Amino acid sequence: MIGHTSVAVGGLYGEKASGPTVDFSYVGIDAILEQMRRKAMKQGFELNIMVVGQSGLGKSTLMNTLFKSKVSRKSVLATSQEKIPKTIEIKSISHDIEEKGVRMKLTVIDTPGFGDQINNENCWQPIMKFINDQYEAYLQEEININRKKRIPDSRVHCCIYFIPPTGHCLRPLDVEFMRRLSKVVNIVPVIAKADTLTLEERDFFKKKIREELRANGIDVYPQKEFDEDAEDRMINEKIREMIPFAVVGSDQEYQVNGRRLLGRKTKWGTIEVENIAHCEFAYLRDLLIRTHMQNIKDITSSIHYEMYRVRRLNENNTVVAHANGIPEHHLAAHEM
Amino acid sequence: KQEVSYTAPEGEGARAVPLAGHVGFDSMPDQLVNKSVNHGFCFNILCVGETGLGKSTLMDTLFNTKFEGEPTQHNQPGVTLKSNTYELQESNVRLKLTVVNTVGFGDQINKEDSYKSIVEFIDAQFEAYLQEELKIKRTLHSYHDTRIHACLYFIAPTGHSLKSLDLVTMKKLDSKVNIIPIIAKSDAISKSELAKFKIKITSELVSNGVQIYQFPTDDESVAEINSTMNSHLPFAVVGSTEEVKIGNKMVKARQYPWGTVQVENENHCDFVKLREMLIRVNMEDLREQTHTRHYELYRRCKLEEMGFKDTDPDSKPFSLQETYEAKRNEFMGELQKKEEEMRQMFVQRVKEKEAELKEAEKELHEKFDRLKKLHQDEKKKLEEKKKSLDDELNTFKQKKTAAELLQNQAQQAGGSTTLKRDKERKK
Repeated sequence: MIGHTSVAVGGLYGEKASGPTVDFSYVGIDAILEQMRRKAMKQGFELNIMVVGQSGLGKSTLMNTLFKSKVSRKSVLATSQEKIPKTIEIKSISHDIEEKGVRMKLTVIDTPGFGDQINNENCWQPIMKFINDQYEAYLQEEININRKKRIPDSRVHCCIYFIPPTGHCLRPLDVEFMRRLSKVVNIVPVIAKADTLTLEERDFFKKKIREELRANGIDVYPQKEFDEDAEDRMINEKIREMIPFAVVGSDQEYQVNGRRLLGRKTKWGTIEVENIAHCEFAYLRDLLIRTHMQNIKDITSSIHYEMYRVRRLNENNTVVAHANGIPEHHLAAHEM
Repeated sequence: KQEVSYTAPEGEGARAVPLAGHVGFDSMPDQLVNKSVNHGFCFNILCVGETGLGKSTLMDTLFNTKFEGEPTQHNQPGVTLKSNTYELQESNVRLKLTVVNTVGFGDQINKEDSYKSIVEFIDAQFEAYLQEELKIKRTLHSYHDTRIHACLYFIAPTGHSLKSLDLVTMKKLDSKVNIIPIIAKSDAISKSELAKFKIKITSELVSNGVQIYQFPTDDESVAEINSTMNSHLPFAVVGSTEEVKIGNKMVKARQYPWGTVQVENENHCDFVKLREMLIRVNMEDLREQTHTRHYELYRRCKLEEMGFKDTDPDSKPFSLQETYEAKRNEFMGELQKKEEEMRQMFVQRVKEKEAELKEAEKELHEKFDRLKKLHQDEKKKLEEKKKSLDDELNTFKQKKTAAELLQNQAQQAGGSTTLKRDKERKK
């Protein structure tokens, strides 16, 4: 609360300064922000991230680095030898994490087996089906008559796609996957294990990737068409000029210049993960977690989910808008 | 075909893991709040109470603005609801406030139907939201929510008890909206009478099973103040937009020859408590209760009324297609049955009409036959008469001819004498 003082009752809000002067024009409408914040803290948040990419690209490590804890499936299941599965599997694992009183239920969805077969045709299908199944589950609960107060949200908010650091261009598998999935989920492409690229190679690679995405009509997050206003567009343009982020992941700490930092130690030096001169991990973390997390969830629920809902409800080939089927004559009014 | 295996989240729900450093998702509440700020908020208040209890003045006082209009007349034939929307802004918060007033409440001689238009109005707002929610292409996040978040019920400061109109109305509204009862124009009651009045009102509400809104006590940061305030209900308020100089300050007050009632003085009235509870502490909770409790109840009832039900948990999960087909077939069956019934009825009617017409036709034929016979009889009679006349004529002719003959003979015999006699006569 800036500026105004009020006739507070019994020192309700510690932060509010109550002085001798009484401001008549203060009603207290802006107290709703505090009320919303309280409610959010009480309810907690949910976030569902999917990681897609060939094995060996450092997906699990990156997840652990992003959330500074052992959240990946590998860290949880203590299997010594991970065999590459014969088919794509979809495995999700949830964690309750808390920071400064803010509680979050984080679900990491892993896709082992993606892109690892000799014949990778249609490998996006199981993933597409999983994503649609989550939309379906949400829709089913939403159209119930007796429905839960808070519908559990298992929808995939963000899909991080790992591009191998070849340095040349996107592979057909990458293009095909991103082309199809960008229509149903927010895709954030990253260049994995970017410490094998020099800065020039990295810039070249990124430019090439951006061109190819444009040429194929692939809209990755943040999508241009969902920019809300000029301010949004300005911020998002800056991000669009930087994607895909070239990331390096690590859950090991090393001593660098007297500080303990996350990094990868090699014979020729230590790569500092959170140093933006070394790699773009920090940008990815800021985008995903610190600035755009709410926006990612909003786009999932108000755009991707709504599109799924429209498709699904129109499937019945009539003007039905409700799952249980409303007689046509009654529903004529419901149709857009 | 690719096989997919799903692994449910390990163990019972999620694991709790500690963080090794600062991740940054503690900014989530800020992100959420910022989004809401950009979007703006809306809040809808319904004021129910008899004409002249100071509803408009109280709204003006609560929101520090002069809202609208002239005071209403007392001769309204029924209760109507008038709603006005205002855009208010305070620091970076934009609020779309809608104030709905009950016009003519309590003015009629027969007040049996007074509550009806209020209930209809509240239901209409729920219905509008439900319609939007059920649309195929919907825009829920930019929908202007008109559902009533708080209902301030103005009780007349009689000092005795609630009127039966009050009890009936509140009973009808308590499952549809958050009711906050307030004693209007409470400067008309003395302090001791006020305490008794509040106790009487509260006990009447309880004994009649009226559920008024309770300020929530589940969040520790506001539990204490909310539970204290719950015990002060109903709030005894005084409204005023006029300012009076007290000491060296200008305060909102009502000035009487015997003293000045200061609106924001907690010793004088509960206005500050109302403002605190309604706006500064519980506005969000009021909105949430409206959505998760009252609206859900309306939605459930409405959908059940229309004949839908969820499948029981034992049967396998239904698909939209199946349920729709089932319902559709049921409906088509009913439609066909109705059609058949109508057709039967139609055939029946036609038969009846046909029989009637045949009957009429028969009658006409009979009449015609009768007339014809009559006519024939007449004709016969006439012919007979004609014949007899003819006969007479013939007879007469015969007689005439016979007579003429006789005359001729007679003339020839004594014809000369007749002539002589004629000649002599002539001389």
